[in-house]
Amino acid sequence: MKQDLRELCKALRCDICESIAEVGVGHIGGSLSIVELLAVLYFEAMHIDPQNPTMPGRDRLICSKGHAGPAVYAALSRRGYFDHELLLTLNQGGTMLPSHCDRNRTVGVDMTTGSLGQGFSAAVGIALGSKLEDDGATIYTIIGDGESQEGQIWESAMFAGNYKLDNLIAFTDCNGLQVDGAVSDVGNLEPLAAKWRAFNWDVIEVENGNDIDAVRLAVSMAKANRGKGKPTMVLLHTVKGCGVSFVIAKGAGNHNAPFSKEDAARAIAEIRGEDAAWK
Amino acid sequence: MEMRAAYADCMAKLMEADRHVLVLDADLSNSTATRKLYPRFPKQMFECGIAEQSMCSIAAGLASYGFKPYIETFAPFASRRICDQIAISVCYAGLNVKIVGTDGGIGAELNGGTHMSVEDIGVLRSIPNLVIFEPADEVQLRAAMPVLNAYDGAAYVRLFRKELPKVFGEGYSFDLFKADLLKEGRDLSIFVSGLPTADTLAAAEELEAEGILCEVINVHTIKPIDRETVLRSARKTGRVLTVENHNVIGGLHSAILETLAAERIPCYAVGIMDRFGEVGRLPYLKEALGLTKDHIVKAAKNALAQQ
Repeated sequence: MKQDLRELCKALRCDICESIAEVGVGHIGGSLSIVELLAVLYFEAMHIDPQNPTMPGRDRLICSKGHAGPAVYAALSRRGYFDHELLLTLNQGGTMLPSHCDRNRTVGVDMTTGSLGQGFSAAVGIALGSKLEDDGATIYTIIGDGESQEGQIWESAMFAGNYKLDNLIAFTDCNGLQVDGAVSDVGNLEPLAAKWRAFNWDVIEVENGNDIDAVRLAVSMAKANRGKGKPTMVLLHTVKGCGVSFVIAKGAGNHNAPFSKEDAARAIAEIRGEDAAWK
Repeated sequence: MEMRAAYADCMAKLMEADRHVLVLDADLSNSTATRKLYPRFPKQMFECGIAEQSMCSIAAGLASYGFKPYIETFAPFASRRICDQIAISVCYAGLNVKIVGTDGGIGAELNGGTHMSVEDIGVLRSIPNLVIFEPADEVQLRAAMPVLNAYDGAAYVRLFRKELPKVFGEGYSFDLFKADLLKEGRDLSIFVSGLPTADTLAAAEELEAEGILCEVINVHTIKPIDRETVLRSARKTGRVLTVENHNVIGGLHSAILETLAAERIPCYAVGIMDRFGEVGRLPYLKEALGLTKDHIVKAAKNALAQQ
């Protein structure tokens, strides 16, 4: 499925802004930071079929930072899993699109996430399951840098290294911010790459995780690791709120923030205008 | 036979019959006697290390992939330590993970208070989408395991490691959602689960010799509780006693009280009186925490003496 992913990313950002503005508040920052990654995965890398969302042997994406649901829903809808208009039901009572990803509510979502750390472990279990079935699937998972403070992440990292799950590709959305401030202040993770290597993972660092070409290259490098007996961690250095300057300017305050329809109009004007702010 | 040996036998049969049945351990496979099965089922048994939270969510991932994982560890670590993982990864996500917690309550014996779950049933009972089962003897465990395996949903199995006195005969037929009438009576309904079941029957025999006829019902599945059987018996006798190897807050006593809430039927308790456990052998612990046959006899008489 070839299409201009830069244009697609603009559309996904607009979707995220519109859906969150409809309910007036939401996880805007951490949704905007992973847009390029979701575009590359859902529209190029993953072996999936929106017409057959439970296709056996399909690739899976478990968004362990479940609060990025709005970004996942925008990508699923643009990929054809469900009607685009449904995005405006985000977090409304009775919606199929809850704040945090839910396998029982949203077509295309394979695992329920939101209690941080758990989705990553589930992805490790799914990667083991795929190995046992020998179905050739690639299992992708996205964690937050703040989420990496959860002990469970490292328990399962050990397991994945120990069982040589080289069908597992994980991404850390290193946007440097969490609810209470900068990750480096709240719970410093550095040296993060060395940590993952010490847990028997291969590590790829991407300096600009909001650059389509850089993300695309990292994903293809990670896929080439299959057969080498190690899971891969891609550390994506991203910008929380990427694409919308006034959201970025809020810093840690953009995690779960009020966002009006006027805010959305301003944001969309910026996103649709010159690319400078988000490139 | 030890309960753990019977459990391991059941798991071997289940794994043999279905390659999707998996066992995950957190360094305690000796306690469930499944250690020896590892060479036989290398693609169905996985050691997760001492990492119960990870084990629980990994199992949920495997279940989402169509497997039937059983996670095993001591009861306190299979409940309070991984409460959020059970709630979210397993129950909220609606996944078929079986959680096996061994040495519940005073069964932890020489491991003492830190390993003695007086609260596991209480902690787990308030989580939706979870069946809670506690076997009273080997016959019941063996009858239950294939039924639990066929049940497409999450369940907590509260196991006892050592041999338990026989309660059920060979013709025993098990229904996961029906409590078992062990002895008919007219004066007092005694609801019991797990370890104290045999002592409760012995207590009922002793009381019968004094002309007190107790109805003894084994409530192997504490959630969902068999309301029909509980209500039928309680309405017949008009007086209830619960007996459990668990805190009287949150476990079987609470479940029965909730069932009887609208009934105006008095309900008394034998169980752990809202205190932590301690180290010791089973006879000492039964005495110290009030779970002997004599405690049951006394409580029954006391229940009948109240106006």
